Amino acid sequence: MPKDNGIGASSKRREDVRFLTGDGQYTDDINIHGQLYVHFLRSDVAHAKINAVNTEAAAAMPGVQRIFTGADFEAVGSIPCGWQVTDRHGEPMQEPRHAVLAHDKVRHVGDPIAAVVADTYAQARDAAEAIELDLTDLPAVIDMKEAAKEGSTKVHDDLTSNLCYDWGFVEENRDAVDAAIKEAAHVTTLELVNNRLVANPMEPRVAVGDYDKSKDEHTLYTTSQNPHVIRLLMGAFVLGIPEHKLRVIAPDVGGGFGTKIFHYAEEAFCTFAAKELKRPVKWTASRSEAFMSDAQGRDHVTKIELALDADNNFTAIRTETYANMGAYLSTFASSVPTWLHGTLMAGNYKTPLIYVNVKAMFTNTVPVDAYRGAGRPEATFQLERVIDKAARELGVDPIALRRQNYVTEFPYATPVAVEYDTGDYHATMDKLEEIADLKGFDARRKESEAKGKLRGLGINSYIEACGIAPSNLVGQLGARAGLYDAATVRVNATGSISVMVGAHSHGQGHETTFPQVIAEMIGIPEEQIDIVHGDTGRIPFGMGTYGSRSLAVCGSAMVRAAEKVIAKSKKIAAHLLEASADDIELKDGKFSVAGTDKEVEWGAVTLAAYVPHNYPLEDIEPGLEETAFYDPANFTYPAGAYACEVEVDPDTGKVTIERFSAADDFGNVINPMIVDGQVHGGIAQGIGQALLENCSYDDTGQLLSASYMDYAMPRADDVPFYAVDHSCQTPCTHNPLGVKGCGEAGAIGSPPSVVNAVIDALHSGGHKVAHIDMPLTPGRVWSAMNS
Amino acid sequence: MTQVSMTVNGKPVSADAEGRTLLVDFLRNQLRLTGTHVGCDTSQCGACVVHVNGQAVKACTMFAAEAEGAEVRTIEGMANDDGSLGVIQQAFQDHHGLQCGFCTPGMVMSAAALLRDNPKPSEAEIREYLEGNICRCTGYHNIIKSILAASGQEVAIAAE
Repeated sequence: MPKDNGIGASSKRREDVRFLTGDGQYTDDINIHGQLYVHFLRSDVAHAKINAVNTEAAAAMPGVQRIFTGADFEAVGSIPCGWQVTDRHGEPMQEPRHAVLAHDKVRHVGDPIAAVVADTYAQARDAAEAIELDLTDLPAVIDMKEAAKEGSTKVHDDLTSNLCYDWGFVEENRDAVDAAIKEAAHVTTLELVNNRLVANPMEPRVAVGDYDKSKDEHTLYTTSQNPHVIRLLMGAFVLGIPEHKLRVIAPDVGGGFGTKIFHYAEEAFCTFAAKELKRPVKWTASRSEAFMSDAQGRDHVTKIELALDADNNFTAIRTETYANMGAYLSTFASSVPTWLHGTLMAGNYKTPLIYVNVKAMFTNTVPVDAYRGAGRPEATFQLERVIDKAARELGVDPIALRRQNYVTEFPYATPVAVEYDTGDYHATMDKLEEIADLKGFDARRKESEAKGKLRGLGINSYIEACGIAPSNLVGQLGARAGLYDAATVRVNATGSISVMVGAHSHGQGHETTFPQVIAEMIGIPEEQIDIVHGDTGRIPFGMGTYGSRSLAVCGSAMVRAAEKVIAKSKKIAAHLLEASADDIELKDGKFSVAGTDKEVEWGAVTLAAYVPHNYPLEDIEPGLEETAFYDPANFTYPAGAYACEVEVDPDTGKVTIERFSAADDFGNVINPMIVDGQVHGGIAQGIGQALLENCSYDDTGQLLSASYMDYAMPRADDVPFYAVDHSCQTPCTHNPLGVKGCGEAGAIGSPPSVVNAVIDALHSGGHKVAHIDMPLTPGRVWSAMNS
Repeated sequence: MTQVSMTVNGKPVSADAEGRTLLVDFLRNQLRLTGTHVGCDTSQCGACVVHVNGQAVKACTMFAAEAEGAEVRTIEGMANDDGSLGVIQQAFQDHHGLQCGFCTPGMVMSAAALLRDNPKPSEAEIREYLEGNICRCTGYHNIIKSILAASGQEVAIAAE
């Protein structure tokens, strides 16, 4: 019988009630007495010199309190990048200044030039229209390979070129990889694009800055996945506000998918302006602004070569990738194509030699940073596409080719610097064959053909690295922060518990799942436990939620803190029961003395901790509250196998997803219902990337996809029901819960199976198409079939 | 500024609004009914769906003044009289039909309108009806399940 409490129960989400009744409190729902509103005047050209910004007429408009321009921020810090990558030659990456408001030049459409603060939004927007800009247009550089050319227009005049870094990994393997490819029995080569995407959480970004002059304290309400990281970056690097004078609150956040990790100019602006004006300042992004100012995702152009021996064993992989950084370095931009991408190029396979080269380029486009999966989808896509192409070239079964090359012994040290602790790739592929009913495919293909449609099957494996990360390791790799997490377990006198966690929930359901873990450990109902998150004023510390790390890292901190609480409460129970603490057992919310019928309830022990009349005060302090910081020993490595079946209409090129199946290994699972939901959402985003979504600029840098009229978000009738399974579980060996993380898997694993399926469908119709770049729109598919 | 009056969730309300004030902004800013959300500026996302005189309407597509005298229902008016979740709301919780919750008010309001007009919709009919409601979290799987459940239909999904 399924459990109804604790680990493994599909507990219904407690946060749903407020979301379903309109009682959620998102940042835009926060209104502070006396608040002003800011509207940013943004560049409508991709590259221009700012000669003058005349605000005189605008400043005289009704309701305008003040207009800020780049000059106001010259003495303010640069928005920092959190990861310094070292290039092939041992040199640090090039880091341009990123001002809160553009001063000398604008470098992408959407770059903020001026900020109008007024009594109402409408007044601020009206006044922005009256600002006179004197700009000199400059040629824009959009294409990465153009940006790399000698003599190309430079995005930043003070840098030597548009090259942020030229990264080689592992540089020492380069010659050996070249030699292995030269000697290979077969080499499959594929050039592909990983299309630029926009994360598009449904809640646009919002920031509200507030300043208390009497205490010299700042408060920022913001749509963030990691309020402590914002406090650190904005406080220390941009505005120079010490932590104890800066509180950052991220209340209910309407989705993040990576793009709400980063510190943005608008947050710094509202915090700065609130002090300047002594009034709260609020900014709410429109969706069009989100398209122009939220860090975007992916945008890699890659050539990958896979070498095989005469027995079809993989012998080497060599890749060359151009990765778009956009106009400035967003918070984690530099780490995505390197340490989150190159380290995953081994995939699920025991390829002995791998070399990854990444050239990160500045262009006159919106900055690019982590989006759901962040580097790992790019690695998985190129690898799983080139394997499929190799199977077709060699005339072998694509599943058999994968299985033949799977890593089967763990731990496994890859040639790209990571060590997989556990996994069972055959087991997830076995499970996939079952849930996807691969045996029935031929019959389904015949049915489709009878309707005049082409049917294709695409499968792939994936692996990802989650739970970032061991701080000492990432420090060596260039991270400018530690990546542990923290939790405080505060037991109240009556036995109820508040857990302050550094992770942030913006759809993941932490308020439900984290209490399940504590309930299991103590043996009390989940309802007795609440989670506090998203407020630097209420929680000890935290690095936030991204990279599927919440449970693996912050959950581990919570377990460690709870273990300390249990150890102390056992001492109190031992005192009350007149026994040795070593003999005390905690089960079902009761402490008992082993081998006796003496017991005391959880609530009696917690009460004793706060009303210590009968209490071992000489040995232990009153109270029952413990904090733990947890720094993981390794990444976690979720993995799995995905299958997609499509129908292609040969007359129009339109692709329909007929079936989608996912067999994942997430290690242990706390709440199966929520894990299913995470996978569903990830798959839809992967299908979106494969078939629909494309962030598009023209040659002059105009953003062509700046609304939902132009950027094709997956809608309910674009996707099917999904078959998902996570019963293959090889628990993580190095965290206390044995969990691996499930948030990004769907988005990582699904794009290659969709594209593999379409290519398979086209081949079944006699169209020998090797590859089509995403998104596989009807036009692209039809053109490929008819070229 | 003109005074706009309407009935919202059964209660008569009135407040000043500019002629250009959208209904959604009137609900959120003047009436502080912040359950109705704004997710886009092109009437695509559906986070702002409310009922106006019984019809599902994107509250960003009409001015507040156009709702003068109207009966408006928002997500805040969807629970049962005793405060418990209504049938559709409960189905969304039971079937994990929401994650971040931002699109959810619009989804529930659209689902309510669909089920009133078509009490037993098929999966395909639900998917087509929700064309104007974008969710980025759920992949729609559990939203469709929730609406099937709210309509009293079997929710065993062949794919599961």
